[in-house]
Amino acid sequence: MMRRFTLIAVPYVWLLVLFMVPFLIVFKISLSDAALAIPPYAPTMRDGLATLLSELDFENFVFLTQDDLYWKAYLSSLRIAVLSTFLTLLVGYPIAYGMARAPDEWRATLMMLVILPFWTSFLIRVYAWMGILSNEGLLNQFLIWLGLISDPLVILNTTIAVYIGIVYTYLPFMILPIYAALDRMDTSLNEAAEDLGCSRMQAFWLVTIPLSKNGIIAGSFLVFIPALGEFVIPSLLGGSGTLMIGKVLWEEFFNNRDWPVASAVAVVLLLILVIPIVLFQRNQQKQQEAEQ
Amino acid sequence: MKRLSWFNITSLTVGFAFLYLPMVILVIYSFNESKLVTVWAGFSTKWYGELLQNDAFLDAAWVTIKVAVISSTLATVLGTMAAYVLVRGGRFLGRTLFSGMIYAPLVMPEVITGLSLLLLFIGIGLDRGVLTIVLAHTTFSMCYVSVVVSSRLVSFDRSLEEAALDLGSSAWEAFRLVTLPLIAPAVIAGWLLAFTLSLDDLVIASFTAGPGATTLPIKIFSAVRLGVSPEINALSTIMIAIVTVGVISASLISKRNAVKAQKDARAAERAEA
Repeated sequence: MMRRFTLIAVPYVWLLVLFMVPFLIVFKISLSDAALAIPPYAPTMRDGLATLLSELDFENFVFLTQDDLYWKAYLSSLRIAVLSTFLTLLVGYPIAYGMARAPDEWRATLMMLVILPFWTSFLIRVYAWMGILSNEGLLNQFLIWLGLISDPLVILNTTIAVYIGIVYTYLPFMILPIYAALDRMDTSLNEAAEDLGCSRMQAFWLVTIPLSKNGIIAGSFLVFIPALGEFVIPSLLGGSGTLMIGKVLWEEFFNNRDWPVASAVAVVLLLILVIPIVLFQRNQQKQQEAEQ
Repeated sequence: MKRLSWFNITSLTVGFAFLYLPMVILVIYSFNESKLVTVWAGFSTKWYGELLQNDAFLDAAWVTIKVAVISSTLATVLGTMAAYVLVRGGRFLGRTLFSGMIYAPLVMPEVITGLSLLLLFIGIGLDRGVLTIVLAHTTFSMCYVSVVVSSRLVSFDRSLEEAALDLGSSAWEAFRLVTLPLIAPAVIAGWLLAFTLSLDDLVIASFTAGPGATTLPIKIFSAVRLGVSPEINALSTIMIAIVTVGVISASLISKRNAVKAQKDARAAERAEA
């Protein structure tokens, strides 16, 4: 009995102290005033509950709605996350499809080739694009050599570079669930559709796509959710014109040292994320139930 | 014999070129003589030499490895315990909250996790340094470990454990002698995952690191912000090489074990017949 208690209590207390409590602190600080002292927030943890409640105010949240930097950053993060998820799907689907139709003896190797980048440092994979996309970079050198352009294109430090970065780094998250769905699929269904008079294209749209729906949904959420709060990609590949909320939070915290506003930004970001996360969980559950 | 259509061959070739070309280019340019990373000036390994003399990078690498080893080991112990509780724990007070706390960090934006932990450390007056990074990394990677281990525990034949208990072993002995060896591949995979997550992490480490403890990703990030440099290319190449060798040898070992298990099963069948 004692042993069972310890087994439950140790990870439970760890997560309570290092996950739940920090979270409540963010919530509380988002409702407090900025003060000049370090740490720059008030009231402190030592205050009683009564003073704490009386000093709660929503001014940081009101501030977020008044300064249009914030809601522009939220909207632009949403737009970048949605569009880059869609682009990742466009790039990832054909790869997953090709893998699922490849001869059996290739599958394990192809699978490893998709997973390998996932183990490689995220930072390095983003960095790799800096040398390619810059004005004197390889892409521009190549395009000029081909004679397609005469002056280098400005890609690095623009939002386009951010899209490329997100598609590149999150591609494995899109490929793997779609591949899993396509791999389970019975190809004789496509043959049946073709026998019944569908063209190959029609069979693809009417049979393959609907049957891989769950993979598409899972992959899209796996790209969308982390892309929304992304910090590394916009700060290395994006320019001053690329507004993303993860970067705004970082700057609010490290450069402006306005902790209450940074906390309020975090709370709102979390509220936005709750919807896709709940939808994703539901999709996963439905899939599990369908398998049983 | 299935044959690939032209469409599939093209999409696989283009797709994998997209995934691998940037890294190949990065590796090639780490051997570039010129300081200008975009102009090829002949083969040279001088950037590797300079890297080995750069104490700041070496110190950061040492801190990173120390943090990764300690935090992934702690995360493996805690994560395995959590997985065991999730799969075998039965009902207890606050079970929903517990499983919520296991899954939430997986989808939490890193900036929020980092910010919240930093505010906690400041609130309780803990000086930022190696200890705070270890605590932060252990917390988020234990959740990954527990997901990996619990997926193995779910598919695990419980009667083996019950047999051990019937034959007189204690619960702890049954776990150590029966369950642990059977879930070992998942536990090892969890440790490796936690280790690479810790090696990789920039955002959470930036929030929780103090002036005395800089990790390699923090160092790389601040160098890279100023632009591309051949030294960073050399460093990246070393890291890519380590990961590639690691992943390929891990997959070869697991393949060999699978083949061996198959052989054993066949031998057992023959023995029965």
